[in-house]
Amino acid sequence: MTDKSIRIFPLGDSALTVEYGTTISVELNQRAIALADHFQNNPFPGFIECVPAYASVAIFYDLVEVKRAFGESMAAFDAIKQLAEKTLPTLSSTLTVTTRTVKIPVHFDAESALDLDFVARENNLSPTEVIEIFTAATYRVFMLGFLPGFTYMGEVDERITTPRRETPRTLVPKGSVGIAGKQTGIYSLASPGGWQIIGRTDVEMFTPNSESPTHLQSGDEVKFVPA
Amino acid sequence: MSITFQKAGLLTTLQDLGRDGYRRFGINPNGVMDQAAARLINILLGNDENEAVIEMHFPAPQILFEANAVIAIGGADFAATLDDESLQNWQPHFVKKGSHLKFQNKTNGNRAYLAVHGGLKTNRWLDSASTNLTAQIGGHEGRKFEAGDKLSFNKKTKKQPHLAAAQVSSSLIPSYSRFPTVRVIAGAEYEMLSEETRSKFFEQDWTISVNSDRMGFRLYGEPIMLSAPHELVSSAVNFGTVQLLPDGQLIVLMADHQTSGGYPRVAHVITRDLPLLAQLGANDKVAFHLIEHNEAERLAIEFENELNFFRVGCRFQTQSWNI
Repeated sequence: MTDKSIRIFPLGDSALTVEYGTTISVELNQRAIALADHFQNNPFPGFIECVPAYASVAIFYDLVEVKRAFGESMAAFDAIKQLAEKTLPTLSSTLTVTTRTVKIPVHFDAESALDLDFVARENNLSPTEVIEIFTAATYRVFMLGFLPGFTYMGEVDERITTPRRETPRTLVPKGSVGIAGKQTGIYSLASPGGWQIIGRTDVEMFTPNSESPTHLQSGDEVKFVPA
Repeated sequence: MSITFQKAGLLTTLQDLGRDGYRRFGINPNGVMDQAAARLINILLGNDENEAVIEMHFPAPQILFEANAVIAIGGADFAATLDDESLQNWQPHFVKKGSHLKFQNKTNGNRAYLAVHGGLKTNRWLDSASTNLTAQIGGHEGRKFEAGDKLSFNKKTKKQPHLAAAQVSSSLIPSYSRFPTVRVIAGAEYEMLSEETRSKFFEQDWTISVNSDRMGFRLYGEPIMLSAPHELVSSAVNFGTVQLLPDGQLIVLMADHQTSGGYPRVAHVITRDLPLLAQLGANDKVAFHLIEHNEAERLAIEFENELNFFRVGCRFQTQSWNI
């Protein structure tokens, strides 16, 4: 039996989304990652890939292969939707939390921390207090997106949350650590962007020529430490 | 056994059908904008349909062939000439060593493709030859081609084969237009549009903005608004996803789109019609027509079946080329 709050809808004619909810929560994110991992490890005929996000998973598939395997009379969308519905209850009961904690050294000098003074002023704190609060917490990698290796992490302590910049920068330096509301993230590549930059890391977040193309993965825990 | 780009063209890149399997790392598939065109000319030449092709915009490159080759051009029609003799799209052509391939003007569409019999020598990254311009990796050194670049072939063409009968059957060639109607299926947030807003979405022609590129096409028209602002947490998006921006305008995600997004997804362009959209340029217009999801699947399968027939015929023909 499927949880009534779960919605499954097409994401085009060769993909669908399983949506657990519409909020940022560790529980929903764990369930999304568990479903994505399940299909990555047990692919069905025609499976292309799963993309977990904050509270959803997209499943991409090859229409022709799915039809061939599940029967020509059935829509591929219905076949995969039913497969997902059958899989969902088996996962919620066997949910295991396997997280690794990754330390990321960060420079908080003025040249790296472009918006640290702004974030401090907005929250009536000193820059040192912002760094203390920011590095005290452990963050969860909810998802990757935007750029190869860009991590969406949370949640940022309420005392230092800051909205995005009104005017995005045309070029945010590679390695920049930013805040957007309750989210924090690392710019894996130099890119345009609007997050408030409070530091910079030398760690390569996008590692194209290694076995795993990114330094962090969904579900990881991250601890920032002053470099 | 290679070609040299004597002029690079506006935006000339190496692409195949895309880099699947890595979206969850934020690595999007890239690949050709017009998949039908790339597949058709590869199949025509007896290649694997995922063989790398050269995607060209106008002004297009000028290419010197330093060895014999059999080539095909498809997608947009840029009035190709080989040493001043005109070349038709969708047919194989023998190119003699020392010939110059040029493109005279843009007569139809915005992205033309060049494939070579036997394929091009490429460095693959994560199982694909497609260029990721943002990450500057994949394709040809992670960038667009520049004048002076060389590209080698996999296969030697010794003598001129008999090519006369081979061509792509016209029923398979997408019916490109500057004002197409493309079919869409409803997106997750479609139900949030009022009746009136839906009519506005479907009854007007949307204009392709100049701020459109391989990442996405911005469409402008009479704005359509949700009854209440709606912010989503980021989730995966797809090639062909039509997103509604806060100002009431639209963006359709194209081949280089980001892997995730947070704008309402009002519709998705069906796979069958993506090539029609992919060939549009600035100030062209597009209208949307809603169909059922089952019909979108049926149209995709129908095209795959026709392609299968074509593939069998081409295999037979290209085997007899004996080059």
